[in-house]
Amino acid sequence: MTGSGLAWRGGGALAVLAVLAAFPLAVTNATVTTIGVDTLVFAAAAVAWNIFSGYSGYISLGHAVFFGAGAYTVGIAARAWQLAGGTVFVLLPLAGGVAAGLAVPLGLIALRVRRHTFVVITIAFFFIAQLTATNLSVTGGSSGILAPSPNWDAATFNDPFYYAALALLVATTAASWLIRGSRFGLQLRAIRDDEDRAAGLGVRPMPVKLAAFVVSAVVTGMAGGLWFYFIGQAIPQFAFDPLFDLSVVVMAFFGGLGTISGPLLGALVIEPAQQYLTLQYTNEYLSEILLGVLLAAVILGLPRGVIPTAADRIAAIRARRASRTADAGAAGRQPVAGARAQGAGR
Amino acid sequence: MLTAEAVSKAFGGVQALRDCTVAVEQGTIAGLIGPNGSGKTTLFNIMTGYERVDAGDVYLGGRRITNLAPQRVFALGIGRTFQLTRIFPRLTVLENMLVAARHGGDGRGLGPLARAGGRAHRRRAEELLEFTGIAGHAGALAGTLSYGQRKLLELSAVLVADPAIVLLDEPAGGVNPSLILHIAGRIRELNAAGTTFLIVEHNMDFVMELCGNVTVLDYGTVVAAGPPDAVRNDPRVLDAYLGIAEADDDAAAG
Amino acid sequence: MGRQIYEAIADGILGGGVYALMAVGLTLIFGVLDIINIAQGILVVLGAYLSYVLSVHLHIDLFVGLLVTVPAMFVIGVAIQWLFIRPLRGRDRTSMSLLAAYAVALIIEGALYRIFGPNYVVLNAPYITSSVHLFGFYLPDIYLYGFALAVACVAALYLMLYRTRFGRSVRATMQDQTAARLIGIDVNRVAAVTFGIGVAVTAVGGMMFGATSGGFNPNSGYDLISRLLAIIILGGLGSIGGALAAAVFMTTAEALVDIWSPDWAVVVFYAALVLVLTIRPAGLFGRAPVRAQ
Repeated sequence: MTGSGLAWRGGGALAVLAVLAAFPLAVTNATVTTIGVDTLVFAAAAVAWNIFSGYSGYISLGHAVFFGAGAYTVGIAARAWQLAGGTVFVLLPLAGGVAAGLAVPLGLIALRVRRHTFVVITIAFFFIAQLTATNLSVTGGSSGILAPSPNWDAATFNDPFYYAALALLVATTAASWLIRGSRFGLQLRAIRDDEDRAAGLGVRPMPVKLAAFVVSAVVTGMAGGLWFYFIGQAIPQFAFDPLFDLSVVVMAFFGGLGTISGPLLGALVIEPAQQYLTLQYTNEYLSEILLGVLLAAVILGLPRGVIPTAADRIAAIRARRASRTADAGAAGRQPVAGARAQGAGR
Repeated sequence: MLTAEAVSKAFGGVQALRDCTVAVEQGTIAGLIGPNGSGKTTLFNIMTGYERVDAGDVYLGGRRITNLAPQRVFALGIGRTFQLTRIFPRLTVLENMLVAARHGGDGRGLGPLARAGGRAHRRRAEELLEFTGIAGHAGALAGTLSYGQRKLLELSAVLVADPAIVLLDEPAGGVNPSLILHIAGRIRELNAAGTTFLIVEHNMDFVMELCGNVTVLDYGTVVAAGPPDAVRNDPRVLDAYLGIAEADDDAAAG
Repeated sequence: MGRQIYEAIADGILGGGVYALMAVGLTLIFGVLDIINIAQGILVVLGAYLSYVLSVHLHIDLFVGLLVTVPAMFVIGVAIQWLFIRPLRGRDRTSMSLLAAYAVALIIEGALYRIFGPNYVVLNAPYITSSVHLFGFYLPDIYLYGFALAVACVAALYLMLYRTRFGRSVRATMQDQTAARLIGIDVNRVAAVTFGIGVAVTAVGGMMFGATSGGFNPNSGYDLISRLLAIIILGGLGSIGGALAAAVFMTTAEALVDIWSPDWAVVVFYAALVLVLTIRPAGLFGRAPVRAQ
């Protein structure tokens, strides 16, 4: 990443942040801001998912376990300690902690197997979690738990949730950025490309994978807790929803798996689109078909996602421009080597 | 220094290694040759922790390292390359170099969140890229390199951690003659500086020129071991490769 | 109590036979194409709906209807492989094919919802409610027919694999795709046909599922695919015998637990999977990882 590249990225990030922060001040339509909260929560979840699955290459279809665990943690704790209003937000780190506590044993089991089996075992975990929540009484069985209802001003009701979600998103994106540039992130990406070879170079696969797994679980748990408080209840089939993992996966792939901003872009595009479609066509089955079509289109047509593909195009244009000026210039100079890593995420 | 003692390994019905003992002296360049299927790569895999032994042991300077995981073997100072060159295609060439942990711990005190590659680490990586001759590609994605360049990168990435001994699996395989000379020259330089090598190769010239000591495997057992000239003329070795007993001719001649 | 246990075991074995058939299709696809066809669950449901349409609208007997649904599902399978799986390239191919299959599953599920709606439907036939009195137990006719059919299909599959030239190509591709290509095997054709076969068995599985489930709707696919996945992982990816053993084992275990607690019986299914994988990451009869990842 060159100096000017960093300035561009930093400036771009601040611009996006400014827009997101100002959004609820400019738009007061409750339906729209609800979609906004939803989008930000999913964006945080997508970035978190990417920290594990994107960087390590192990596709997890069970992150809903952590989402739901976070939701139920906030619900049970709020009920047990009689919390309400703004103090409920204090429970979010607890939700993250519970998710982390789950992630360690689950990760130790799941990360010992090959990638294929890993996906399936995450699915198994998902079903176990959903079934357990339906059967236990502390989680309210199939009727679930209700969240305490804050009595905030109806006009700005969504705002606290919005800004909490935004804060979570900012923190998660910062974490993703930090990890990607670090030694830890490099080892993860090496594992993604060739785990055995990475081991042969001294990388310890299990601790590295597990750490990423836990970090991603913590954020997902917090997102789940926030979402629970926002929509007001946690029911097993929605707290543990297979479409959650699917959406997160589509967002990450669409934007660019393994990049920092890819999942964020994916969420900002796909979640509002999904919500809009669900509202327009109350027949929700259409949105399911469209999601499937979108996923197929992304996988087949844009397999690396929007951001890496765009980065490649920009790099190709720059290289062409540079080689043209080099050709036009003195004869003895070498043209710029192609395929220079642009640092825009791969 | 590195010894495989009485190692046996079977895969299903195939006995890949049978009571095999190979010893590598410190500071030498040792060769390991044998027909296809004789167990050379299996021996490498066992020495570096990619396979478990059925019987026997592996020792590094007297310390038992049998069945240790690859990352622990690497931490003890043994590096290796693979028969089918393996690199990290989606990382840049420089990033490939920074994956290996330096012995003594890189960024100690800074922890895993340290920026990938401290300045010293980075400098050593760049030096090595210069040494092997691919420094011009440092920023390119490793997947865009040619076959020969990948071989050099694979070797460089192993060397960045200063291993005491390097196991090379067919370093000259599928590579043009001038590059082979280049690689051989680098190996000699590194050996002069103290690195021990164990090389598996089919290219006889390469082995005979470079190695001080050669071991020959056939069907998983050692059939000969010694200086290159002695091994070259050993009838058992000829038998292993050609499958015919030329013993009469050779006995008459020498 | 003992009687209940025997009944549970009988139920488990008979029911397991049908799951085995579907699981074999799934593990065969994995063995040859190295992908997990996560759409298998919804394809079973599709097979069930096809049988439903033939039965209710055209009054064709369920078993006779298979003569139509099996080839139809075969063609659908080949189409899916050709359109969605074959074009995938690159290092992440295995994850991407899984997601492509997931996409197909979503599309099919959405389409089924739109066509048939969310209401539960049932397959009806006289032999579904009748049963045979054997050894002091009542064994439902449909289970016996289904079990026999499943056994026949698995036997046919084995014959195909081990006695025909095509079967040899399949086994060669399973062992080493590159080597198979080098000796002249059209790997693409083998892949497409194998996928087709793996899906064709869901026609049979779908009919049986529809007849014995007591009601199904498009959402039933999730439960099905998770069970099938658990079975093939437990048995070892790519192992047909493993799929058979695992299917019977898991359905029997679930039936046994069901005696004590119906709520937790389903959890046993997945818990068994997790337990086995903790001890043997390759599954009961899994192949040792040939590929590094």
